Amino acid sequence: MTPETAYRTEEFQVNVGPQHPSTHGVFRMVLTMDGERVVDCEPHIGFLHRSMEKMAENRLYIQFLPMADRIDYLSSIFCTVAHCEAVEQLMEIDVPARAKYLRTIMMELCRIASHSIFFGVFALDLGAVTPFLYGFRERELTMDLLEMTTGQRMTFNYCRFGGVADDLPDSFFPTVEKFVKVFPARLDDYDRILNENEIFVARTKNVGTVEASRAINYGWTGPNLRASGVDFDLRRNRPYEAYGELGYEPVVLQNGDCYDRYRARILEMRSSHELIKKCVEGLPEGPVQAEKISKFPKVPAGEVYVRVASPRGDYGLYLLSEGADKPYRYKLRTPSFNNLSMIREMLLGVYLADIVPIFGSLDVILPDVDR
Amino acid sequence: MIVHPVLSWLKDWWVGIVETYGLPTWFVPAAQMVVNAILIAGFIAVLVLFLIWLTRKVSAHIQQRLGPMRVGWHGCVQTVADALKLVQKEDTTPRDADRPVFNIAPFLAFAPTVVAFVVIPFGDGAIVRDLNIGVLFLFAITTINVIAILAGGWASNSKYSLLGGFRSAAQLVSYEVPLILSVLGVIMLAGTMKLGAIVEAQNAMWFVVYQPLGFVIYVIAATAEVNRTPFDIPEAEQELVSGFNIEYSGMKFAMFFLAEFANMFLVSAVAATLFLGGWKGPWLPGEFWFLAKSFAIVLLLMFFRWTYPRLRVDQLMSFAWKFLLPLAFLNLLVTGLILVLM
Repeated sequence: MTPETAYRTEEFQVNVGPQHPSTHGVFRMVLTMDGERVVDCEPHIGFLHRSMEKMAENRLYIQFLPMADRIDYLSSIFCTVAHCEAVEQLMEIDVPARAKYLRTIMMELCRIASHSIFFGVFALDLGAVTPFLYGFRERELTMDLLEMTTGQRMTFNYCRFGGVADDLPDSFFPTVEKFVKVFPARLDDYDRILNENEIFVARTKNVGTVEASRAINYGWTGPNLRASGVDFDLRRNRPYEAYGELGYEPVVLQNGDCYDRYRARILEMRSSHELIKKCVEGLPEGPVQAEKISKFPKVPAGEVYVRVASPRGDYGLYLLSEGADKPYRYKLRTPSFNNLSMIREMLLGVYLADIVPIFGSLDVILPDVDR
Repeated sequence: MIVHPVLSWLKDWWVGIVETYGLPTWFVPAAQMVVNAILIAGFIAVLVLFLIWLTRKVSAHIQQRLGPMRVGWHGCVQTVADALKLVQKEDTTPRDADRPVFNIAPFLAFAPTVVAFVVIPFGDGAIVRDLNIGVLFLFAITTINVIAILAGGWASNSKYSLLGGFRSAAQLVSYEVPLILSVLGVIMLAGTMKLGAIVEAQNAMWFVVYQPLGFVIYVIAATAEVNRTPFDIPEAEQELVSGFNIEYSGMKFAMFFLAEFANMFLVSAVAATLFLGGWKGPWLPGEFWFLAKSFAIVLLLMFFRWTYPRLRVDQLMSFAWKFLLPLAFLNLLVTGLILVLM
């Protein structure tokens, strides 16, 4: 044997997913590995494709409303808000102020619910089991509030064209007060169990770093973008619903690594908590539904693009109507798809163990990618 | 204090029978071996059942859950039910697996643990064989575990399990070094490798007082030895799905599981023996003190497990070689200097 052939290393392929505990659904990566290092990565998506856009084009506007909830089931209210806003803008409906506030409260509660899951799952990805259950504990607080208002726990179906389905129940106010009181302490718990944990910091600091220019080029939005140092948030830059009146300062971090993407979400939970507090305090009186809106509207011809800041980033909806009771074109720009698009570039050269935090820190949700 | 009189009474009774009926004299050591084997195997079986229940309860309460509550009082026979379920499971072998190696690996993982219990002093005189190379025997025999994990990972013919096996081999070999170095300080102080004698040497003061650094290094390295979080890289669930045991099912999987929990108790028992004075303690019987100290360490390992995330492979290696190892050498050096100067 010559020395060259005596020691020969071989690259090998590992198939991660679609059934794999850390792909958060059905995402498949074919990894070419050199030992523990990733040499190449070939992502496959589309396992959850339900052709949501086409289904929207074949249904009445009201019929698609509950289905919009299913596009991104962890932040379902954002999808319906976008749907309603698009219809409202084309029909030029004025939404009552109270309805706007109610939508905002529900959106922020839903954001906290979504980020709580992120917190738990991200820690679980790194091998820490306990934060997972803590995350679900806090999610339960927001779920209680959402449930008593909307009657649902996952897919709320709360928004209506021109308002919301129902006003708040009386029991909402004492419960939300309790929630507002305990939540910051729970976030402090989070900080203690993860932020100050050396192993956690070692696993996430300077892992999967994305600089601002690259994040913008790939169309990143939401906490991922803000963690890379870009100061952009729809809630401040293009306010909708009640955000304009509330005033909101987005959380911007500089490093763009997994740690900052995690921190951005934790800090965003704090600001969501502030927003909810402000909303409940400044909740205007009045109707929750604009008057004389047909349940089966014929939307005037025209086109509109609506953007909503979902927990994952900008949820965009392009609606083209030709005056019928169904949309002519219903195009979705979902944040998870754009956030996931960089995955190959991010994974090249990292350790196998780093795949998990990198993928987890993007906080993509696969039905939102595949639609 | 409890086990010893019972056993010696049993032995006298048996010797009497052998003498009365004129049976061959080798019946006495043979019967002793059988009794010892049954005792250890029974102890481990009960222990593991209890440990699994304890893990579930401890983790549940850390995570603000209740844990098992349905089967028995506070779910105390839940593990028995689970064991019965595992026994009933179909024993699958992957088509392309290396069958002989695949089949023997779980038993290879479990056997050294049982054998290692031979030198553990459970109480005054409650030790199967107080070998004069007890500590050496202990660490030599538990190292066989690596081979089992590597064999299991390799023979499964799955990439995940292979990676798990490799990681495990690298990790266990790395952490073996600081582990043994940390124990050397105790051996220097006691001047013997006999575990019984080491316990006796702690009559005045536990060795953890003289060897605090050694104790810390031992606990860290032992956590890595038994593949517990934050060092559970071989079975990193989120990366390798389940690591080396991914293809195992039924009783073979249970064997790996059994070995893991028995090992966890073993390293805790060794820590209690070497650093915390073993069965020494006031008033209560020695067996109680030994178990109490061992379970204190077991609980410590459990708290680690449910608090910390997992380290990455390279971080784990550099932690062992660049941090623990120099520290262990320093500990050894200081201990030696003090012994020479005093």
